[in-house]
Amino acid sequence: MSNQALLEVKELKQYFPIKGGVFGRTVNHVKAVDDISFTVNEGETVSIVGESGCGKSTTGRAILRLDNPYSGNVLFEGEDLISLSKAQMRKKRKDLQIIFQDPYASLNPRQTVSQILEEAMEIQSVVPRKDRRKKIQELLETVGIGAHQMDRYPHEFSGGQRQRIGIARALSVNPKLIVCDEAVSALDVSIQAQVLNLLKDLQRQFKLTYLFISHDLGVVRHISDRIIVMYLGKIVEIADKKALFDDPKHPYTQALLSAIPSTNIAEKKERIILKGDVPSPIDPPVGCRFHTRCPYAFERCAVEEPKLMNVGNGGFQQVACHLMDEQAK
Amino acid sequence: MNLTKEDKILEVKNLCTSFFTDEGEVKAVDGVDLSIEKGKTLGIVGESGSGKSITSLSILRLLQEPAGRIKEGEVIFKGEDLVKKTKKQMREIRGNNISMIFQEPMTSLNPTLTCGEQIAESIRIHQKLNKKKAWAKAVDMLKLVGIPSPEKRAKQYPFELSGGMRQRVMIAISLACNPELLIADEPTTALDVTIQAQILELIKNLQKELGTSLMIITHDLGVVAEMCDKVAVMYCGKVVEYADVKTIFTNPKHPYTIGLLNSVPKHDEDVEGDLSIIPGSVPNPFHLPEGCRFAPRCPHAKEICLTKLPHLEETFDGDKVRCWIHSEEWEKQGKAVNAHE
Amino acid sequence: MFLYIVRRIFQTIPVMIGVTLAVFLMMHLIPGDAAKIMAGENANPEQVEQMRENLGLNDPLYEQYFRFIGNAATGDLGNSIRTSRPVTQEIFDSRFWITVQLAIIGTALAVLFGLIAGIISATRKYSFADVSLMVIALFGLSMPNFWLGIMLIYLFSVNLGWLPVAGWGTWEHMILPAITLGTAGAAIIARMTRSSMLEVLDQDYIRTAYAKGVGDKLVIYKHGLRNALIPVVTVVGLQFGSLLGGAVVTETVFAVNGLGRLIIDSIRAHDFPMVQGTILVCAVLFVVVNTIVDISYRLLNKRVDLN
Repeated sequence: MSNQALLEVKELKQYFPIKGGVFGRTVNHVKAVDDISFTVNEGETVSIVGESGCGKSTTGRAILRLDNPYSGNVLFEGEDLISLSKAQMRKKRKDLQIIFQDPYASLNPRQTVSQILEEAMEIQSVVPRKDRRKKIQELLETVGIGAHQMDRYPHEFSGGQRQRIGIARALSVNPKLIVCDEAVSALDVSIQAQVLNLLKDLQRQFKLTYLFISHDLGVVRHISDRIIVMYLGKIVEIADKKALFDDPKHPYTQALLSAIPSTNIAEKKERIILKGDVPSPIDPPVGCRFHTRCPYAFERCAVEEPKLMNVGNGGFQQVACHLMDEQAK
Repeated sequence: MNLTKEDKILEVKNLCTSFFTDEGEVKAVDGVDLSIEKGKTLGIVGESGSGKSITSLSILRLLQEPAGRIKEGEVIFKGEDLVKKTKKQMREIRGNNISMIFQEPMTSLNPTLTCGEQIAESIRIHQKLNKKKAWAKAVDMLKLVGIPSPEKRAKQYPFELSGGMRQRVMIAISLACNPELLIADEPTTALDVTIQAQILELIKNLQKELGTSLMIITHDLGVVAEMCDKVAVMYCGKVVEYADVKTIFTNPKHPYTIGLLNSVPKHDEDVEGDLSIIPGSVPNPFHLPEGCRFAPRCPHAKEICLTKLPHLEETFDGDKVRCWIHSEEWEKQGKAVNAHE
Repeated sequence: MFLYIVRRIFQTIPVMIGVTLAVFLMMHLIPGDAAKIMAGENANPEQVEQMRENLGLNDPLYEQYFRFIGNAATGDLGNSIRTSRPVTQEIFDSRFWITVQLAIIGTALAVLFGLIAGIISATRKYSFADVSLMVIALFGLSMPNFWLGIMLIYLFSVNLGWLPVAGWGTWEHMILPAITLGTAGAAIIARMTRSSMLEVLDQDYIRTAYAKGVGDKLVIYKHGLRNALIPVVTVVGLQFGSLLGGAVVTETVFAVNGLGRLIIDSIRAHDFPMVQGTILVCAVLFVVVNTIVDISYRLLNKRVDLN
């Protein structure tokens, strides 16, 4: 792992317009991602966690420009992806790949596995035609699928195997960064463990960088170096794995961690149960977005939006919470 | 472990449910034995294809006939066999004595009826109350499950509610007639963790308040640890281990249970290096292994495991395990057959 | 909901403009000189010129169009050449109502039989009843209108003598034309209801209803049909439109004096204002019916109303 930044996301906003009224004007926006910034270094795994509607998947899609962001910059190796033309971006996708949650929906059912992989190589013209068959065999072996299965169709594989095919497709163009959007969420635990191990293995082997999007904190703890916690379109905490799990600072991170049912039945801990639902991202709360559900909220939280600030002693930890200020006083 | 009949609200004996498809028979549930004590919680865990959901649907006879059918076995509820009941008798039991919560709060509620109507419906059917009284009771139920401004919510349609709220409505429907047994099939799988925590807490509190017995079907071992008294671990249509929740997590005995526990990435524990895994995948349901169903993936499997199906046997501490390892024959066996590195 | 209705009505404006433009241009797109054709074969040049002047064909095109719209808005669609009476009178005196009556009865029959057949089929999937109903539906779909009409006349009027052969007036006159007109619709609705119902019966909330202890009948009608109807409503609306087209053939076969026959007769007589007027009325009727269908679809499917 180096400290060379591979991906820098700066002030990224993703607003989706809501049409309404008699003439279908844009009456408001869904503020799915609202001004977030972070950096992913070469060779590391950064995870984005949060509950549905927090903007984690939207962030992943915006980085890859699967949906063009509303504003902000996405620097990849120092180059702004947002300013690229469509054709340039298509070329760039060789370096940035994505693996989705539902492997079945993202594989063309009418193509065999080898056709799927070949198409990816063809588009990016990374492998000369004559070597492709061999490369496909290698790829499939790498992800743990027998090369003899290369002429089968996606429906002939199990969920775990399909996800392996999705991984093979992402790998086929030798990417630098892979966005894993809930990549193991749909899998059974025993299969999930296999795929997680595979992802770790591939990272070592191919020096990959992962942006790992997940709602499962167990998975995130296992795979990440650094973790971003999002709530309602904002980053509430970014920290090294150890700091985040050992000493979560933001009340939301604390609640999130304590809400997960633990298999450790020897030590039953008191859990923090948040009241109510996540507010609508159309008109998010003023001030701190979490203040409506926060057990520690005070006047300032409803008025002023907290900024991310360093709190880590030694390690890396940034938190957006007014409590940090109060404690410092 | 010596329980009299009265202590058990439900007893499932040798339940076999199969699906008949063009490609042949799938033995989704194959000789399952279970029981639930009054006021207690039984968890059924397993991965997809283990038959855990089919077990619960079989108990209430909600299978899509004729494709799915109970082939044999008994489901004894308060001394009577539900398998032998007529359709009409079953209707009187469903939603009244035994009710069920399903996984997807998004799709499990009727989109064209208001939440209040959907709760009132089962009250009207089982308690023969008039429309007005049933509605009042429905509003009470919404209040009970912690929905703010219940009068207003009762008039709303499911799409106007969040996922967590919808699952609360589901719970209100299921508890409306004060059932003795509640079957919850993956009640929180589709929900976010903080909402899951709310719902689990709610179910726990209501269970205490109403004295309902509970059966939870889940793939989430955390939910099991949190909620259950007893646990049945299922694999390929069979119960492979059946024990106290404490035993399952502190001293699991079946290799599958052990493998499952080890392959969960834990949020409150650091795992150095790779996760330990169960190799391979669940066998094809049309061609199940002849011996122990887990043998092809089991690190300890020996000759006998591939040929002979083990029974669910009680071990020294009352834990029931379906594995040759704990039998006398085991010592006589040769080397392990699955050489995984 | 109110906003939606207003918006939906606004949306018909461009459609109306398109319709009127198309009808208007028809006069100018027909091969040859409209005035010459309308004046008759034996007309001298002065008469043709007179006709052209009367029709306003010497004015610029846009002026003619706006005059046409303006007149149409006040209910003036010109005079029929054949009868010299105002076109609107010819249409609305009785013919329009006869066709609307026929279309409504046809639609009602189509909905009634289509729904019943669809529900029976769906609830008894792959049974003898299901298979035979779907085969009948297939026949109903593939039979041409006029052939079915002639066969019905042959059987019920000529052979059995139960019903009148042609004409309009009593309810007995309505039966055969309505059946002729409604059969294809019934077949489509039956097939649509069946597939929609099967899809709905497979939904999770149906299982929830059974788990509550709701009986089979109530599950099918209260929980199933209500949701299954949503896509069917759209088909019913579209069917009503194609029924108007079918009326042309049916009215001819049964010698019913409706709009359909009026169009045919007017085309034969080169009565252009009449043709223009009738088509315009039919088109407007179609737009109105579809708007109503869209709005009722909204009422039925509350989910669409979310935003």
